[in-house]
Amino acid sequence: MSTKKFMYLNRKAPYGTVYALESLEVVLIAAAFEQDVSLVFIDDGVYQIVDGQNTDGIGMKNFSKAYHALGDYDINQLYVSAESLTERGLSVDDLMPLVYEDEDDDWAEKPSIKVVSNVEISKIMSEQDVCLSF
Amino acid sequence: MADILGAEVDEEGFLVNLGDWTKEIAEEMAKGDNIELTEEHWDVINFLRDYFDEYQIAPAVRVLTKAIGKQFGKEKGNSKYLYALFPYGPGKQGCRFAGLPKPTGCI
Amino acid sequence: MLHTINKSSFERNSLQSCLNTIDDTSVILLIEDGVICAANNANSSMLAELATQGRVFALQGDIDARGISSKVADNIKLVDYAGFVDLVVEHGTTVSWV
Repeated sequence: MSTKKFMYLNRKAPYGTVYALESLEVVLIAAAFEQDVSLVFIDDGVYQIVDGQNTDGIGMKNFSKAYHALGDYDINQLYVSAESLTERGLSVDDLMPLVYEDEDDDWAEKPSIKVVSNVEISKIMSEQDVCLSF
Repeated sequence: MADILGAEVDEEGFLVNLGDWTKEIAEEMAKGDNIELTEEHWDVINFLRDYFDEYQIAPAVRVLTKAIGKQFGKEKGNSKYLYALFPYGPGKQGCRFAGLPKPTGCI
Repeated sequence: MLHTINKSSFERNSLQSCLNTIDDTSVILLIEDGVICAANNANSSMLAELATQGRVFALQGDIDARGISSKVADNIKLVDYAGFVDLVVEHGTTVSWV
């Protein structure tokens, strides 16, 4: 099976709508096909990976923990829009410290998140075979 | 609605309320599948429960296989070993015994 | 690439997000409520600029259904469903900004 480049574009905050959870589930399911997967967090989508989410008060599952498993699924290209963070008064320090273990580097733990400009996102997007927007 | 030792299960035998799980329920489920749970089974079941507790998802078989190999030794990190323990699939059957929901993407 | 927009820019930021990340060769197709972005008053200067380059399309059926055919801004090209298919084939990867 030839490898294709898949990008998941995440633009909605979690909990208010089902987009974020749906996207995460599709990503985890599609990971079985071992394609080249990248995730983009832009607009309110950046709130999906903000650290310290606690859903006790709203009776919903806190699915933010599952993003920590993405490294196990060999999903380690998480691009976050710098402009979207700035607009919301957020920085990379407000995000979950998501990491993966690099098989080719003696399983060294490395960060999965890269903060990039919208121009860089545009370039990455143009290199994809498939873009799915949520 | 069916139950196992008083705990409600769905039409595929998965616990409806994850909090109902006990070791006795796992053993009863295994007995129903003609399996006697050994220490090797429990290593996997406990691993699945810990994984779910940490990430709120059941791992895909590929992820489970890799992690078991890392934690319990290379000779156990393969699907042959895991399917010998759980003939109906380490994901589906293992998660059922562990009291977890059916793994995401598992059909 | 082909970018489709199906929400009004008065209601959602889909169009603006698309414009923030679009490259120099991609085209935009406005469909469903996205055709409201094609109306004169809704038109952003960047969308107008892309339109003058012939890179903005709108689905005729959705324009007509909403009764705004007389309001469509200059240089926006109208296409039917067959034209929609041609755009998909011609531009490869499609991004649907929902």
